[in-house]
Amino acid sequence: MKTTKSTTDRQNLRNGLLFCSPIIMGLSVFTLYPVLASLYYSFCNYPMLKPPVWVGISNYRTLFHDPVFYTSLYNTAYYAIFATPIGLGVAFLLALLLNQKVKGMALFRTMFFVPSIVPMVAGSVLWLWLLNPQYGLINSLLISMHVPANLIPGWMADPLWSKPALILMSTWGVGGTMLIYLAGLQDVPVDLYEAADIDGATSLQKMWNITIPFMSPHIFFTLVMGFIGAAQYFTQAFVMTGGTGGPVDSTRFFSLYLFQNAFQYWKMGYACSMAWILFIVILLFTLLLFKTSARYIYYGGEK
Amino acid sequence: MKKSKWITTLTYAALIIFGTSFTLPFFWLISTSFKPAARIQKWPPDILPMQQVYAHQDGKSLAVYIINAPDKKAGDVLLLNKLKEGNALVKYADNPRSTPMVVSFDNLTEKAKPGLEWKNYTKGLTFIPFLQELRNTLTVSILSVIGTILSCSLVAYGLAKIDWHGRNSLFIIMLSTMMLPAQVTMIPIFAIFVKLGWVDTFLPLIIPAFLGSPFFIFLLRQFFMGIPKELSEAARLDGCSEFDIYRRVVMPLSKPALATVGLFTFMGAWNDFLGPLIYLVDESKYTLSLGLAMFTGQYGNEYGMLMAVSTVVTIPIIVMFFFTQKTFIQGMTMSGIKG
Repeated sequence: MKTTKSTTDRQNLRNGLLFCSPIIMGLSVFTLYPVLASLYYSFCNYPMLKPPVWVGISNYRTLFHDPVFYTSLYNTAYYAIFATPIGLGVAFLLALLLNQKVKGMALFRTMFFVPSIVPMVAGSVLWLWLLNPQYGLINSLLISMHVPANLIPGWMADPLWSKPALILMSTWGVGGTMLIYLAGLQDVPVDLYEAADIDGATSLQKMWNITIPFMSPHIFFTLVMGFIGAAQYFTQAFVMTGGTGGPVDSTRFFSLYLFQNAFQYWKMGYACSMAWILFIVILLFTLLLFKTSARYIYYGGEK
Repeated sequence: MKKSKWITTLTYAALIIFGTSFTLPFFWLISTSFKPAARIQKWPPDILPMQQVYAHQDGKSLAVYIINAPDKKAGDVLLLNKLKEGNALVKYADNPRSTPMVVSFDNLTEKAKPGLEWKNYTKGLTFIPFLQELRNTLTVSILSVIGTILSCSLVAYGLAKIDWHGRNSLFIIMLSTMMLPAQVTMIPIFAIFVKLGWVDTFLPLIIPAFLGSPFFIFLLRQFFMGIPKELSEAARLDGCSEFDIYRRVVMPLSKPALATVGLFTFMGAWNDFLGPLIYLVDESKYTLSLGLAMFTGQYGNEYGMLMAVSTVVTIPIIVMFFFTQKTFIQGMTMSGIKG
């Protein structure tokens, strides 16, 4: 009896390893080795064509004296701080609207969702045109509403307006978050609202005491994912500025500067040290969110 | 009762305002893609694509303008010649024998009628070698889908259906790597592909798909866990090997989950920009996303063509969405990934 069990165990181990061999290889080659290598490179001078040379903490020291590094941090923080909450707020509002039992819900849902699946490059090109300072649709609308000429934004041509332009564009793509909220809203128990109605609760009270607590896990999840995504913001800024991060560095986001260091200036070691700082910031920030949010999130009946 | 009616009205008003704002960019995309170059950068913009009206006279085709000058009779005029200092030589259209006169362009408006300009499409799609780029994109996307479905389903089976020592550790390690930002591993992976001599081939964009992706493995594992154990046990008693059970029992039952994985992999590969940007050098290897971005860099002002190409890149994804709405929406809510 014992032998058969150990035979099955051995067979299972062999089969398990066999079935999982793709990911075991994948993780070793494309994750574990690269993580270690990247950490090593971050302490090296590595112009790619020549082998890496150990230089100690020199990359990190240069980084902390690099004004562009701080600009890119500022740009990224600016984008994350505005784009994420605005995006979540709009998505939540849209989900609330769709959750009212109205006719044509499927049509509106499609209208709000489809922008989020437009290929990123095509979407960026489209918005470059919509935001064109002279002939774009948005400024045309502003002019036709008689907004004074000195208040018409220059969008991607003006360092003050380039980040708001990207934030506006990102708000167009909140359809995915909206679907997550909509699914969540449909799971809130209806009898709670009925009980609240009997008690004479106002809509605002119901929102604050029933809807928001029930939605808190969804809001938290999208908040964390939103911040992580914003910290790595790259494609739109690259396409809309031709990879420069202009005007005047106002859209040189952290990941864009990292990319430039790696693949335009061939400073691979420097870029790796930036990647590790990004990783540590994301990690600390996620931990912070998890720690501080624990008491605000309501997970069903669990205490 | 009265209050709820108010709320319904407000809801509809808000839905219509938001709905219009979210749809307007699409409308503008399509509309611009059909506008002739001369009418794109003008104020006020045409809402619908318009084309200059021409009239034939004496075997010549002449542009029609509307004259609006204080000392002239209002009406249609034909443009005979453009003169210096913003003046034009015109004559009334209704009377072939009327004497030509000189007026300022300020007093003339182009006469236009709604019409579609297809040149943006024909020009745009030949300017970028569209068919070539489409073929490249499809090669990468389809092979990525095959690779991802194969590898992820095998691994998910190994994690969900085979009870072996160490599978939980592997699962946890796999999940924890999902936290890692791609920037950390990007450069060493590039160095590997440089050493292999795979730069400027599609291999760096395809081969990783055959080695599994933690997120999709996670999705499939959850799905496989829901397939009753009795089914695989019965097959095992009948003498089926693990691979038979995987192929004949689990895979056929998992079509919806596999469709979700395939769909999102395809979209990811179709949209991918950073990968092709890093690995593809020669223009003949460009994918659509990369080609469109490079085209934008070179012809940033040719908005008609840019919108035409963007439309062509976007439409397959939207068509796919309409045919697979259910899979799409389930996948989105299940996973929370963004497109």
